[in-house]
Amino acid sequence: MSTFYFIAFLSIFFSILVISAKNPVHSILYLILTFFTFTIHYILLNAQFLAIVNFIVYMGAILVLFLYTLMLINLNKESEPVKPFMVKIAGVFGGGILAVAVASSLKLIGASNPVLLQNPDLGLVKNLGKVLFNEFLLPFEISSVLLLSAMVGAVLLATKEKEPKAA
Amino acid sequence: MESLTNTMHAVPLNHYILLSTIIFAIGVMGVLIRRNAIVIFMSVELMLNSVNLLLTAFSVYRGDATGQVFVFFIMALAAAEVAVGLAIIVMIYRNTNSIDINVLNRLKW
Amino acid sequence: MDKYIWLIPILPLAGFVINGLGRNSLSKSVIGFIGSLLVLVSFGLSLAVFFQVKSTGVAINVNYFTWFAVGALKFPFAFLIDQLSSIMLLIITGVGFLIHLYSIGYMHDDEGFGKFFAYLNLFVFFMLLLVLGSNYLIMFIGWEGVGLCSYLLIGFWFTNPDYADAAKKAFVMNRIGDLGFLLGIFTIIYVFGSIQFAEVFPKAATMKSGAGPLFIITILLFIGACGKSAQLPLFTWLPDAMAGPTPVSALIHAATMVTAGIYMIARSNIFYTLSPDTMEIIAYVGLATALIAALIALTQTDIKKVLAYSTVSQLGYMFLGLGVGAYTGAFFHVLTHAFFKALLFLGAGSVIHAMSGEQDMRKMGGLKGKIKTTFTTMMIGTVAIAGIPPLAGFFSKDEILAHAYAHSPIFWAVGVLTAMLTSFYMFRMMYLTFYGKFRGTHEQEHHLHESPPTMTIPLIVLAILSIVGGFIGVPEVLHGHHELAHFLEPVFHKSNEILGEHHLSESLEYALMGTSVVLALAAMAYAYVKYAKNGSVPVADTEERPALTSISYHKFYLDELYDLIVRKPLDWLSDFFYNIIERLGIDGLVNGIGRGTIETSKGLRLLQTGNVGFYIFIMVLGIIAVLLYSVFGLTKI
Repeated sequence: MSTFYFIAFLSIFFSILVISAKNPVHSILYLILTFFTFTIHYILLNAQFLAIVNFIVYMGAILVLFLYTLMLINLNKESEPVKPFMVKIAGVFGGGILAVAVASSLKLIGASNPVLLQNPDLGLVKNLGKVLFNEFLLPFEISSVLLLSAMVGAVLLATKEKEPKAA
Repeated sequence: MESLTNTMHAVPLNHYILLSTIIFAIGVMGVLIRRNAIVIFMSVELMLNSVNLLLTAFSVYRGDATGQVFVFFIMALAAAEVAVGLAIIVMIYRNTNSIDINVLNRLKW
Repeated sequence: MDKYIWLIPILPLAGFVINGLGRNSLSKSVIGFIGSLLVLVSFGLSLAVFFQVKSTGVAINVNYFTWFAVGALKFPFAFLIDQLSSIMLLIITGVGFLIHLYSIGYMHDDEGFGKFFAYLNLFVFFMLLLVLGSNYLIMFIGWEGVGLCSYLLIGFWFTNPDYADAAKKAFVMNRIGDLGFLLGIFTIIYVFGSIQFAEVFPKAATMKSGAGPLFIITILLFIGACGKSAQLPLFTWLPDAMAGPTPVSALIHAATMVTAGIYMIARSNIFYTLSPDTMEIIAYVGLATALIAALIALTQTDIKKVLAYSTVSQLGYMFLGLGVGAYTGAFFHVLTHAFFKALLFLGAGSVIHAMSGEQDMRKMGGLKGKIKTTFTTMMIGTVAIAGIPPLAGFFSKDEILAHAYAHSPIFWAVGVLTAMLTSFYMFRMMYLTFYGKFRGTHEQEHHLHESPPTMTIPLIVLAILSIVGGFIGVPEVLHGHHELAHFLEPVFHKSNEILGEHHLSESLEYALMGTSVVLALAAMAYAYVKYAKNGSVPVADTEERPALTSISYHKFYLDELYDLIVRKPLDWLSDFFYNIIERLGIDGLVNGIGRGTIETSKGLRLLQTGNVGFYIFIMVLGIIAVLLYSVFGLTKI
């Protein structure tokens, strides 16, 4: 039980570091750590498949992509101009209000039963695979098209524009 | 693994929700206070992940695998989104030589 | 016969269509022939209808179709031909035909010959519709139609701005009256639930005398009649209407259209009989109109203006007759007046024709020997209008005067005074025109000629009618039978029953007649001495006139008065509306809204910084608001 709270604390701590780090590269590194705590959360919930996917896709692929982009742009110096103090205050205030609003709505709903693992096999690859390829077969196929189109789009966007031919 | 999960039984659902809310709010703050487009993008990823965690928690709580399938789809979507989004950022950098979002103030007349 | 009644109005309409479409392609003789012939055929049919009504004594009611129906209220398109409308038919088509014939000669050199005949035919059509209609709605169609034709024909030479103005004046003044008529019709529908004569009048007859609704209806209808028949205070358009060609003045503004008001009141006589207050008002208005118009006519120098005021004066007479309950007398006067006034106008037209377009009597004189036929016929008309026996005017005028005396001797006195004035100014006109020395230019003298036969024949026919026309209504005092009164008895039966006979002793009636005849002769003699023997001529416009003459010459400054009390305040009000309400108020409001939008936009534009971070911040605030609302707002319910 205390494991959850410890990991939760780490999640919050690292995510705060993500948004407060001056250097974007540090931000990405903190984000990797944050996502690692998330993976631990998934394991605690016995969602093994998601834990693996999170580990591979997010930490492995997506964040590497971030780093790679940063390298492309070559912006690892602390060149970011700082926003005015008031804006920062306003941003923190806005986010805080959002958190308070959601938290206070929890009080209203009032349901606070503990999370119990009724079916230990729930988050296993075998079980999820069955659900995915029975009920969600069509969305799965469509998501493959989505990924394909995203790849095409990314390539299109990122390639240098050719000089328009002289008409 | 079995013993590890059993220790978790006592965590109330509300605490998962609170955790997600806080991480989500941190993501929002990141979007609001930073000017670096890539950091903002990372904040968005943070928000996305907080929702993923919540969905998984709900899924376990209800004993319904659908929530985890949803998370899987969200991850697929995030991968696509990141690919396109980063491509856009690269384009912006190429055009303006900056990834400061304050430079992108052309959305006005 | 009933089967062919629809042809009576349709033929002139056909003439209008043919002449209107062919005005540029048909030759003048063809146009004149078609226009006149169709009216002549209508006249023939009218004669047949007249004799049928006369022999059977039963009104003909022809129902063609239901025009439209609103709920239980039906508006049939139907004709009613009784004694009253059959005589009107004869006047319209008969006099109308003569004037068509006359126009062939008179308008021969005019470019708008075809247009003129088309308008004339259209006028005849509408006038026939007016008298044929068996309900107020059909009557109103005709009523508006003749107003339109009057406008078109007064402004026939519209290139002259004065003439166009006169046409507009006539139209606008008529509109005032028409509004009264229209409101009257609405009131009738409201009170009686019908506009059919056959249904309304019996219902009205059962109401008690002096009933409120009847008073309102009669006053409103009388306002309509005031506009159409040129009574005070709406009469000033008629003298100006002389801007139109002379045959138009004869047909529309003397013989037919201006008597529409009298026809309408005679038609609705039962309303008026049961509304004594309105009768009194009508009598006063008629009397005042007759007197004022006669006073104005005394000093006019334009030959047509004299006749125009004379017409107004005679119309006033007719209204006096209606006001004192002498429906037959008033209608008798309509009939005789149609003859001799048409004759006088046509004669005046002939004089103008001979004088190469000159209308000022100060430039005429000595025409007696040059245009004999015109002189003779006009003299007959003058004697007739002056009320000298045994010509037509004497009988009809005398009948009205006798009724006026029975009503009140003062009415009679003013009436006789007017008759005397009439005699004076008519003979003044004759002597100025035909006696003395010629005062025009040499060129005009050289051109002097008698008019062609198409113009003189109508003059002669009308002169004969002016002589014999009175004999259909010889009163019993003079050992006549008053055929007209017997003929019209079915129409005025109810009213006469209620009003009762007037009882004047035989000797009194003789005395009244004698007085008016002697006074008329005296006025004639005075005019002869002054204008024929001494040869005095009205002064030129540049010279000073004596005060009273000046007032009369300037028409009692009535136009100026109307200008002051109607036009000036309207101008002022329009200025006020234009400058204050329109420019400052409405324009200011509209421009203000526009300017306000621009200014607020300029301010609000600054909100759109284009800063993405700011947008996201606002978006987050919005999400928070929605969240708070959906959580707290909904749970409270």
